[in-house]
Amino acid sequence: MIQRASLALLTAALMATGLAPAAPPSAAPLPAQAAPLDAQGQALHVLNRLAFGPRPGDVERVANMGVQRWIDEQLHPETIPLPPDLTARLAALDTVNRSAGDSLAEFIELRREVRMDDEGAKQRRRQTEMRVARQAAEARLLRAVESPRQLEEVMVDFWYNHFNVFAGKGIDRALVTSYERDAIRPYALGSFRALLGATAKHPAMLFYLDNVVSSTPRPDSKGKARGLNENYARELMELHTLGADGGYTQRDVTELARMLTGWTFDQKRLARADETFRFDAGRHDRGSKTWLGREIAPTGQQEGEYALDVLAVHPSTAHHVSFQLAQYFVSDDPPPALVDRMAATWMASQGDIRAVLATLFASREFMSAGAAGAKFKTPYQFVVSAVRASGAPVANVMPLVNTMNQLGMPLYGCQTPDGYKNTQDAWLNPDALTRRIAFATALAGGKLPLAVPPVDARPAMAAMAPNMAGSDALPPPVPAEPTPAAPKPVAAPAPVDPARLQATLAGSISPRTQAIVQRNPDNLRAAMLLGSPDFMQR
Amino acid sequence: MQRRHFLNALALGAGILLPVGRSAWALSGPAADPTGRKLIVVMLRGAVDGLNVVAPVGDANYARLRPTIGLGAPGMDGGALDLDGYFGLHPALADLQPLWRARKLAFVHASGSPDATRSHFDAQDYMESATPGRKSTPDGWMNRLVAALPGPQSPSRLLGIGPVLPRILSGQAAAVNLPNVAGAARADLLDRPAVKAAFDELYAGHPRFGRAYADGRAAHREVMDALESHEMQVADRGAPLPNGFPDDAARLAGLMRNDPKIQLAFVALGGWDTHANQGAATGQLANRLAPLGQGLAVLAERLGPLFDDTVVVVMSEFGRTAHENGNGGTDHGHGNVMWVMGGKVRGGKVYGDWEGVGDAQLNEGRDLPVTTDFRSVLAQISEEHLMLGDKRLERVFPAMPQKRASFRLIGA
Repeated sequence: MIQRASLALLTAALMATGLAPAAPPSAAPLPAQAAPLDAQGQALHVLNRLAFGPRPGDVERVANMGVQRWIDEQLHPETIPLPPDLTARLAALDTVNRSAGDSLAEFIELRREVRMDDEGAKQRRRQTEMRVARQAAEARLLRAVESPRQLEEVMVDFWYNHFNVFAGKGIDRALVTSYERDAIRPYALGSFRALLGATAKHPAMLFYLDNVVSSTPRPDSKGKARGLNENYARELMELHTLGADGGYTQRDVTELARMLTGWTFDQKRLARADETFRFDAGRHDRGSKTWLGREIAPTGQQEGEYALDVLAVHPSTAHHVSFQLAQYFVSDDPPPALVDRMAATWMASQGDIRAVLATLFASREFMSAGAAGAKFKTPYQFVVSAVRASGAPVANVMPLVNTMNQLGMPLYGCQTPDGYKNTQDAWLNPDALTRRIAFATALAGGKLPLAVPPVDARPAMAAMAPNMAGSDALPPPVPAEPTPAAPKPVAAPAPVDPARLQATLAGSISPRTQAIVQRNPDNLRAAMLLGSPDFMQR
Repeated sequence: MQRRHFLNALALGAGILLPVGRSAWALSGPAADPTGRKLIVVMLRGAVDGLNVVAPVGDANYARLRPTIGLGAPGMDGGALDLDGYFGLHPALADLQPLWRARKLAFVHASGSPDATRSHFDAQDYMESATPGRKSTPDGWMNRLVAALPGPQSPSRLLGIGPVLPRILSGQAAAVNLPNVAGAARADLLDRPAVKAAFDELYAGHPRFGRAYADGRAAHREVMDALESHEMQVADRGAPLPNGFPDDAARLAGLMRNDPKIQLAFVALGGWDTHANQGAATGQLANRLAPLGQGLAVLAERLGPLFDDTVVVVMSEFGRTAHENGNGGTDHGHGNVMWVMGGKVRGGKVYGDWEGVGDAQLNEGRDLPVTTDFRSVLAQISEEHLMLGDKRLERVFPAMPQKRASFRLIGA
């Protein structure tokens, strides 16, 4: 009670100074006069933002190398070699490395066998789907934890959410691996127009937002009516480019949907010949259109290409996506002046993602002391950063997958096209803190079976448990803790050494937290650091 | 109109017939027990197709607009379940029929947000903030509501089921969330004294996270106590339920019976954005509706006597196009149907100003107009069920143009 009362007083005092945000749980306010960070502070800050937090030795390494040089290097990931061990482990993931067509062919075949009531077909299909999902999670998380190309991994997380596809929808189970690999990752730091085009034409997106079935109204061969579907056209403008306030009408949605009719793929041709996209002139609406105040002459597939050209460098897009980048990298309410400068770079560079990020990282706003720690980690960022800080080797990502499920952020499991948010409002809640602390404690104590190599038949796969609406309730129950019938671990699980962890996290742990940790027994210290308020933020 | 009066009389009669013990308790009302009146909000994220939930099967236009997905007339194979001779209920919601017949379930058709947006995300935001058109509102209306209600505040008074705390619950007042009620019954790591002491100290009074931590621990203890009680075992009687909403609804009911501090609860369900192949009597939409209907029926049953003091509202950010689209689905629309159920709800009726689904009646030629502001329904429930005073009502639902709905949902 006393504690609550004093908290209330503190809140009241903050409100009086106008610092308290209106809605707790609240983001830490940026001081009006943002002081610059010192060298170590800068190294830590860029590791928390351009990377998923420091691994042991990282802060010192970045500080020695020079923060600016490190940023430049991160902006050019192709110049950073991948460790051979990581490359070899990624190469061993067969379902991650095959074509979209092969993946779909397997999916279709299994579905056919299930239809034929083949004994055991259901189980085979479940096992295959689990294996595909596990390997996808493994590829993503191994890179996030271990790749030295950290900014690339951060941008894959950002763009996947920006162009979200839910892996639980039908054949997208078989296609999201290719979607991330072929449509997102190659363009993560490149041209936004190329990224937009790659997502627009990928079968995972065509299927997810129904453009695959959109057509000019006509009966098909079976006499079934076909017609226009607005789903993709709407989200293309609202989420991917212009933003909801970007200045378009319901009419523009319908007209854009008409322009995009015929952008599709054929499941059989994809499965047989890996044809991931085709323009079906027979479905295309050949009428003229009026879109965003422009007269659109009938030019078939070119109408859609033209729409993407316009959208990619539209001032509303420049502003909307710059805002989202600034929100991800700087603060939940990013400084408008910074967003404006990023948008100006966007327009000047024709949507060059690398150039826009360079403007962001070079800004005073990004490198201010007030920005450091201002972001509350998403469950993904929390889990990955904790494993990185612990230095624990990861052979099995399932404990991480399960934790993200419990925290409401299943990997590839956001059902709605807006993707996961990265703001404190979205993720800070009473239950989340308890669960994060439990994860931190298990990790620190060496209790997570991270070192146990994965077994395909393991029943713990709940990666497809959907987060039904970004902030939805009631995902299907997740197995409490993975309890594999244990194969031999590659290394005995070891508790995390608190002194080493403290050194790794360096200046990100406040003197207050350090003092409390020091007063506690040694076997609790690492857990306290990873479960501390300080480690919840980045 | 005469018919309506007749129904009112029936509803009043039903109230009088309640067992004496029940009535006495209910009459003690908010003054004696400030958290005694309950509200449960179920939000269907993704825009449920209200025209196939409560379908105007009596309007000839309906079948014309929906040649492949429209529900058949009552009595036909897979036909709608007759509600009032004009509207029919989706057959996957058959579990709700007894509540309809007992006049504990009502609908408000052509209701929704006055804002014209067809963006899921903006529309959900407006429905949760209850300030359509205004994105800067910092808090959710259920949070403002709990703050405005008389009586002691406690973290569990405002409860969300789900791994995250949605906008509707966020704000100055405390709110807690349980990822699922089953999991909340388990002791956690922070129940170990040494671990608890360590983290309590780390989070005590922390300006950014101290409150969320403290609220989480307080609610955890409260829920553990409630779930361990004997009554919970009693309330949990009955056959095991399928995972998902029915199971959670049952557990939520048990929890609310055992923990009288819980007053407002929120659940969100997704998967309603049926742009393609939504089906008719069976299919995608039916598969989503069936567990929802079953869960609501279970909720009503398991709340037991408390159902009499509970109102359950089901709402969704907007409706869908009256025409089916080219893919056996529906695109984003405007007006929708709200569902209202509870022991004191004047049910068995579809409320709202209904104009039909003829071409001339449709909004922009494509979807239902909004003739009842969703806030006027929520405001009426807050006023007449939760006994929120006039002045405070304005705080919860600020700048509401249509203050009063043209009907009364809550009986004596």
